[in-house]
Amino acid sequence: MEKSHLDSLPKKPLRPTKIALTVIMLVGLVVSTIATGADFGMFFANFGEFTVLFKEMAHPDWSYAYYVVDPLIETIKMAVLGTVIGSAVAFPFALLISRNIVKNKFVTGIFRFILNIVRTIPDLLLGAIFVAIVGIGPVAGIISLAVFTFGMVGKLFYEAIETIDEGPIEALTAAGANKFQIIQFAVFPQIQTYFISYTMYAFEINVRASTVLGYIGAGGIGMFLQRSLSLYRYDQTGLIVLVIFVVVLLIDHISNISREALIK
Amino acid sequence: MDNKAKPVIELKHVSKVYPNGTVGLKDVDLTINHGEFVVVVGLSGAGKSTLLRAINRLHDITEGDILIDGESITNAKGKELRMLRRDIGMIFQSFNLVKRASVLRNVLTGRVAYYPTIKTTFNLFTKEDKQRAYEALQRVDMAEKVYNRADELSGGQQQRVSIARVLTQAPKIILADEPVASLDPKTSHKVLDDLKKINTELGMTVLVNLHSVELAKEFGTRIIGIRAGEIVFDGPVSETSDEQIREIYAGQAEVE
Ligand SMILES: Nc1ncnc2c1ncn2[C@@H]1O[C@H](COP(=O)(O)OP(=O)(O)O)[C@@H](O)[C@H]1O
Ligand SMILES: [Mg+2]
Repeated sequence: MEKSHLDSLPKKPLRPTKIALTVIMLVGLVVSTIATGADFGMFFANFGEFTVLFKEMAHPDWSYAYYVVDPLIETIKMAVLGTVIGSAVAFPFALLISRNIVKNKFVTGIFRFILNIVRTIPDLLLGAIFVAIVGIGPVAGIISLAVFTFGMVGKLFYEAIETIDEGPIEALTAAGANKFQIIQFAVFPQIQTYFISYTMYAFEINVRASTVLGYIGAGGIGMFLQRSLSLYRYDQTGLIVLVIFVVVLLIDHISNISREALIK
Repeated sequence: MDNKAKPVIELKHVSKVYPNGTVGLKDVDLTINHGEFVVVVGLSGAGKSTLLRAINRLHDITEGDILIDGESITNAKGKELRMLRRDIGMIFQSFNLVKRASVLRNVLTGRVAYYPTIKTTFNLFTKEDKQRAYEALQRVDMAEKVYNRADELSGGQQQRVSIARVLTQAPKIILADEPVASLDPKTSHKVLDDLKKINTELGMTVLVNLHSVELAKEFGTRIIGIRAGEIVFDGPVSETSDEQIREIYAGQAEVE
């Protein structure tokens, strides 16, 4: 076998940008640790307190279960409403920012910008804003979740829309269909399973988010979580955490199964 | 025979330059009469698709005017454009069916331009139109697949469904852009037979792009040769020699 004339595989060239990025990130980590005054000593000093809290939480107050049923239902209702409202608004909006549906780059650009702004606001901040506007209670939670859902699924929707087969759009256009008919007959059938799947995914996330939202006064079981903590009733905290854990797990599981069935 | 002499498609000094500067069509003058079966041949990249897409304005032209049954489509807008397009069916190389939808639903979409948005939103296709769709499927021997999903069908079957879709549209003109390019010879014959029957039995004018000369001669009544965006040949099949057809293709090599 004569293979001497063949070169051996050359070493992968070092990528200067990669190295630069790594250095920048390391420097950034050190600088931000100093700048924010993060004190690792304190973290470990308070570790003892953490174990005490954890020990109490490990003995949940089972009798409290009766009182958390209503707020738990409220939390789920908040998540359902927030998801439905947010997704319903996100769908037409996603069509408006899909470059294969709206050819005007100016229009898609502006609405994409709006979507990106909305997406930068974290759910907790949304909660705080709407508690300030509409007051303490589930309404603030529902609006926050709707806006949060809008940002999340809006992006997923338009990315799905932009990957569809454009053939049917062309066929419908050639047959004299108007924009609405093109969307209904050529676009929608291609994305409806994604649409439902992403909405369910948003619901999973919203159930989790809504438990936390309550903590800042936006209704649901989170408000009870906050109360138990401020009263140092860690046994009640323990029960609430356990309940949330079970419910989130259950909803995730059901949602996963139905999403898989859907895609088939 | 009188009606047949009436023009249904007229191109007047039509030129098309793509935004990137590529010349798609160069000063094309062309008249096609009611009931003709015209085959457009030419090398890949010659401008066949551009010609067809200019006629129903999937592409805008940069110069000239195109008349459909006497009415200009060149500057038509909104509803006027949609009504002109409703009279022009189109068949694509890649079928362009909604794969996840049923055959019936796909065929019915040929009909949507006859409905206001409100009715289609609620799926209010009339009984007559559903029957019309079913009859179109029978015409192309696809009736037994009416409730199958489109992606369960073979390529040839999908193309026949797309012909049924065009039939349901009931246009005056059918444009077919390389309808058999991705099909095997036997299926190609079946599809072109269907188109030919539609032409002779229903009187629809057919303009079909083919890159197979054999098929062009077998099915066409008139051949148009196109090269680098220009019409370089136009004549009845019966009077076209193999030599002439070879020239349509040969010249390209010199141009490039
Ligand atoms: N969207 C487009 N943008 C720029 N050039 C194009 C576009 N579509 C087609 N062309 C060019 O126009 C010429 C004619 O193309 P086409 O009509 O598709 O040819 P054919 O259908 O005969 O193969 C080719 O040179 C092609 O590269
Ligand atoms: Mg082509």
